[in-house]
Amino acid sequence: MIWDKKHETMPRGELTGLQGQRLRAIAQKVYNRVPFYKSKFDALGVKPADIRSIADIAALPFTTKDEMRDVYPYGLLACPLSDIIEIHTSSGTTGKPVVDAYTRADIDLWGESMARTLSMGGAGKDDILQNAYGYGLFTGGLGAHYGAQRIGATCIPISGGNTKRQLDFLRDFGSTALTCTPSYSLYIAEAGREEGIDFEKLPLKRGFFGAEPWSDNMRAEIEEKLKIKAYDIFGLTEIIGPGVAAECECQNLLHIFEDCFYPEIINPDTGAVLPDGEKGELVFTTLTKEGTPVIRYRTRDITYLTREPCPCGRTSVKMHRILGRTDDMLIIRGVNVFPSQVEQVLIKAEGVEPHYQLIVDRRDNLDCLEVQVEMNETLFSDELKVIEHKEKEIEHQLKEALLVHSRVKLVEPKSIARSEGKAKRIVDKRNI
Amino acid sequence: MNVQQISVFLENKAGRLSDVSAALKDDGINIRALTIAESANYGVLRMIVNNPDVAVSVLKTAGFVVKKNPVLAVEVDDREGILHDIMNLCGTAGLNIEYMYSFIEQVSGKAILFMRFEGTEAAEKVFADNGFRLLSAEEACLI
Repeated sequence: MIWDKKHETMPRGELTGLQGQRLRAIAQKVYNRVPFYKSKFDALGVKPADIRSIADIAALPFTTKDEMRDVYPYGLLACPLSDIIEIHTSSGTTGKPVVDAYTRADIDLWGESMARTLSMGGAGKDDILQNAYGYGLFTGGLGAHYGAQRIGATCIPISGGNTKRQLDFLRDFGSTALTCTPSYSLYIAEAGREEGIDFEKLPLKRGFFGAEPWSDNMRAEIEEKLKIKAYDIFGLTEIIGPGVAAECECQNLLHIFEDCFYPEIINPDTGAVLPDGEKGELVFTTLTKEGTPVIRYRTRDITYLTREPCPCGRTSVKMHRILGRTDDMLIIRGVNVFPSQVEQVLIKAEGVEPHYQLIVDRRDNLDCLEVQVEMNETLFSDELKVIEHKEKEIEHQLKEALLVHSRVKLVEPKSIARSEGKAKRIVDKRNI
Repeated sequence: MNVQQISVFLENKAGRLSDVSAALKDDGINIRALTIAESANYGVLRMIVNNPDVAVSVLKTAGFVVKKNPVLAVEVDDREGILHDIMNLCGTAGLNIEYMYSFIEQVSGKAILFMRFEGTEAAEKVFADNGFRLLSAEEACLI
């Protein structure tokens, strides 16, 4: 079902007109109300009046995650704080978190875009939606919640974890839709199999999975094991949370809700906008957000766009699922992890430049992170218990820093392969 | 009066011990006693050698992580019950043994216990007060 027929099937000409009009308004607004943007516009010599159509967006400055952090906590606000009714933030594991502040209209927008997302996969008011995304600052939980309420589904805010209870609820409440990370859905499937649950006999029909990279192979596995249709959904805290793009019943690329979140693909080195079909860095501008509008946010995600017509009748631009990153960020169990965070912890533990490697794998459908650390004289002791204690201590500090568990493995000096003298920091064996 | 023990970090991989012995064989290093403590992924090789300083530098050059630590070399008669006497003494004196290993010295027929304590000095005093002979570093190198 198409939730918002007017916007989702708008003829292209009309859509670009609407986008241009919205861009003009938002450019004017951030220039007048957000000193952060005013100074960025001024630095490039751009005035809001220069923006006449959506094509003029290329004249506007980019915004990076670091810049957004620099103005933490309220520096991106484009309205009085009293108009804000909810705040979410990124995890902040690499520094200050990025703040997304929502007015009532923004929460409506979020509910609408998630309603579009859920409707695309056939969910409606008769669905019982088990929302196993984490509730809290993380946008997954409440984003799916608002969408479920908007379409009138029965929302079960079970949040993440407690797999035994997830299975009980799937059975007892007869949930027809599941929302969680794709890897967690497989974890639930596996746990259910061990409990002797026949998913064929459960009413579960569809799942909406996102917040981490996955693949068509994984989709096939989820659909086979849970006996459902599995849809890829996409979003990011910096823009609004989930509800930026989603797959329709064709399950072929993700429709971007471009009347609200305008995408561009750029060459990450030059900043030049690339044509449809070319891979590059994904950039988003929020066209309608009130609380914390974002101009040309560089996601560092790599993908491409296409405007080929979709059999579903929606006219919006589609993106391929994320193909990679322009930086070395890893997503492990839905959590963003940078090697530099690991390095910080190891420098503290060892007092010297550490030699390490991150080995990411997927075991029993869950991502696992092994941090191999080359032994050195600071860490070494003739007593095993002392070494083991240091290992545990590093694991503990990594957990604090990354918010995700890792296993530390001490290895001999020079055993981590170096190419051109520089160690390869990441080995990702997940095949996704 | 303590003895310098060398410990080496080794991953649990085939051939690693052979790499250690290869590094040591050409520099006149004679291993007097040796033991390995292991966990799932790695082990710690502990050795008493005739020339600890040379052994350390040779191993470091070969890329190993190496440490020298003081251990006590307690010389005892090789007879029934002697281990119990020592353990009893340590227990009574409140000495916590981190680890130990032993061997029989061929010429004297005496047993040598290499013992690592949390506090080497306190342990040294307990043994001396109770009439046990501790080998000096020089003696340990020569045995």
